[in-house]
Parts: sequence; structure tokens; C-alpha cells
Amino acid sequence: MIEWLKKVGQSFYNAWVPEKRYMAYLSGLKMTLLISLFAVIIGIIIGIVIAVIRVTARTSKLRIVKILNGIAKVYITVIRGTPMIVQIMIIYNLVFTSPNTNPVVVGAVCCGINSGAYVAEIIRAGIASIPVGQMEAGRSLGLTYAMTMRTIILPQAFKNILPALGNEFISLVKETSVISVIAVNDLMKMAGYVGSRTWDVIPPYVIAAAIYLMMTLGLTWLMGAIEKKMAKSDKH
Amino acid sequence: MIYTKDLRKTFGDHDVLCGITQHISKGEKVVVIGPSGSGKSTFLRCLNMLEEPTGGEIIFEGIRLTDPQTNLDQVRQRMGMVFQHFNLFPMKTVRQNITLAPVLLKKMTQEEADAKADELLKRVGLPDKADSYPGMLSGGQQQRIAIARALAMDPAVMLFDEPTSALDPEMVGEVLVIMKELAQDGMTMVVVTHEMGFAREVASRVLFIDEGIVAEENAPYEFFHHPQNARLQDFLSKVL
Repeated sequence: MIEWLKKVGQSFYNAWVPEKRYMAYLSGLKMTLLISLFAVIIGIIIGIVIAVIRVTARTSKLRIVKILNGIAKVYITVIRGTPMIVQIMIIYNLVFTSPNTNPVVVGAVCCGINSGAYVAEIIRAGIASIPVGQMEAGRSLGLTYAMTMRTIILPQAFKNILPALGNEFISLVKETSVISVIAVNDLMKMAGYVGSRTWDVIPPYVIAAAIYLMMTLGLTWLMGAIEKKMAKSDKH
Repeated sequence: MIYTKDLRKTFGDHDVLCGITQHISKGEKVVVIGPSGSGKSTFLRCLNMLEEPTGGEIIFEGIRLTDPQTNLDQVRQRMGMVFQHFNLFPMKTVRQNITLAPVLLKKMTQEEADAKADELLKRVGLPDKADSYPGMLSGGQQQRIAIARALAMDPAVMLFDEPTSALDPEMVGEVLVIMKELAQDGMTMVVVTHEMGFAREVASRVLFIDEGIVAEENAPYEFFHHPQNARLQDFLSKVL
């Protein structure tokens, strides 16, 4: 038993300390965090735009809105209906063929485009959950559709969808690991790299798992804190 | 001030308004009554184009609202509306509810709007609620805030869509008092309501809408004491 523990301890030591291997994880972590951050931002921007188009199309008679709504529908269907790894392969080989592309940009764009479809559907559900009376009240005061959307509807929608949005961001952080397939040196890739040096792949992946877990726990805590803050207008 | 000509509204193949021609002058208090489903709320909601009419014309202060070129947002700034379910903005404080539109539409600075909000809150008897959230207030209080919010835009006319129908009975009075004061101050008002007492006391004219047309209209005394229309007689016998 003690022998076994010693062996396990040794292999974790090998996966962490020699040749400053911890630096590999740290640089991978940095890459994963950067990609996640920008992917979340891209995902939110795409999500809001698509969701507002989808909601506006329900009442608008404008031809351009109908066309945009059609595009939005196709985007959501394709992104949600195909595996992310396939999307990454296509986007990478289609768009980022130049040898000196920035890996953060590649990862963030791929993951952001993917996340945007999910975020859009979450936001759309959030907007739909707000009573129509809120829009009517805003419009009856003379506010434009866009003003009412921005100042009244979207803030309430965001409050309602925060838990769902938190889940989406947590899975986004985890799914960034898939971009290791296109030679981006994220946390997952670096764990594999350490494993290839030590000829012992399990400890580095366990270390990677622990780091991912810490990130998602941190996110869970952050979302909880935001939810608490947004609840201040609730009935006391 | 508001002129509707042969106003029609159809939902699918259901005719809700079947041609309403009305002239509402400045300072008038028009109370609209009628059975549920008669189209009275739809008529009111057409006046500020929350509901788009399928036929006819609406002219407000010389502007044709039914013209697609008309900037409805500008027109609505001059028409306050109070809803059955208040529709206050739940994430904003009472003061923010009142100041939001005037500030966003650049009618006032935040300071001016805040001062106006304090004045309006005093007027509706809730000066100490400025920093509360709507969810903490009773229905009657919320409706009084909703009236203050509409008044903050200095509207030329106030539209009330069953303002007391969602309230507990003991809160109806406090809202009606505010509306009466508003009427005494000379505000032009169009009120859809089931409060016959209010109609009798405040209205300069009462309309009975039934099956999408104005079946009878008259000054309140004549309206309630000598109804001509058979449906109105039947309706009054049920509600009075």
C-alpha cells in the first residue's frame, strides 16, 4: 500500500516538478482562460443580436428582419445540431488557414460562434418570459422599441436567465478543451504534452481535471454572487 | 383633441371594433363601459396605437396616427397610459420608474426629473416610497405610482385601461381619489372602467360599447337614469 502511494506520489511529482513542468500547465491555463473569456464575450454578443432578431421577427413586418430571422434560424439549427469538434475543424480549415494565426483568436472565435447559438436561445427564452405589459408600458411612455428593449426588457430577462447562462459558461470553459485538436496550446494540450514527456499520461490529465474543476467552481461561485446582487429588487 | 373615424379592428376573422367614430375634446372626461369582450379596451388601446387598427383613422392634435409615416413614439409622449396590471418596471425603484422616460427622452435632466418625481409622489400620496421597489408595494400603491409615472411626461391626455380591476376592493378608493383629483385639475381623460360610481361622478360623457360599436353615449345623469338602448338597460340592471 505504502509502496503504491509512493509510486503514485512519484508519478505526480514527475508530472509537475521536473523541467518546470508546472509552467506548462500554467501557460495552458492562461490560454484556456483567455480563450474562454473572449469566447464568452463573443457568445454573448452573438447571442443578444440573434435573440433580439428572433424576438423582433415575431411582431415586425419589415422584410429585412424576416431575412435576418431566417439566417438566425439556420445558424442556431446548424450549430446546435452538429458536434463542436466538427465545427472547429471546418472553421479552422476554412478561415484560419494562414500559418501565423493567433491561437487565442482561433479558439475564441470557434468557441464563441458555438456558444452564441446556445446563448441566443437562452436569451430568447428570457425575453419571452417577460410579460408583454412591460414592453407596452415602455412604449406607452414614448420610448422606442430599442430603448424599451435595452433599459427594461433585457435587464429583467438577464436576471431570469442567469442560472441558465451560468451553466452555459461553465460548459463553455470545459468545452474549450476540444480546441486542443487544432494545435492550440490550451490546458488540455499541455497536459497531453507533459504526458508525452513522462510516458505516464494519467497524472497530467488528473492535474488538468483538477484545474478545470477549480475554474468551474470559481465560475459557479461568481454566478451565485451575481444572482444574489441582482435579487435586490425582489420582494422582501 | 382625439378624433377617431370609423375605427375598425379585426383579430383573425373576429371583428372587435366595427366602426367607431368619436370626438374627444380637450378637458373632457370620457368614461367607457361595456360588457367584457365588447371591445372597450381595444378601443382605448387603439387610441395610442398599442393596438394597430385594421381600418379607419385616428387623429390626435392634428396628427394622423394611422399614417405609417407618423412617429408614434413622439405622439405617445403626449398620451399617458395606465394599465390594469400597473406594469411598473420591477427592477427599478419607484423614483427610477418615474424618471426613466423623461430622462431617456431628454425631456428633463436627471435632477429635474427627480424633483418632478418627488412632486408627483407627493401628489399621489406616496412621498416616502421613492426608493422602494414596486414588488414591496400594495396593488393600490403600485397603481398610484403608475399614474405618477405617466404624468411625469406631462401628457395632454390620460388613458386608463380598467385601472382598478386588478385591485383588492379596499384599494380601489385610493386610486379613484387620485383620478378624481386629476379630473378636477382639468386633465383630458379616457377611462375604461367598471366603476359606475366613478362614471357618474366624474364623467362628462359616458360611452356604452357593445359588440364593437358605441351603442349609446350620453351625459352621466341621462345615461344612467334614462338608458335608451336595450342592451345598456340590461347591462345596467346587472351591474348597478
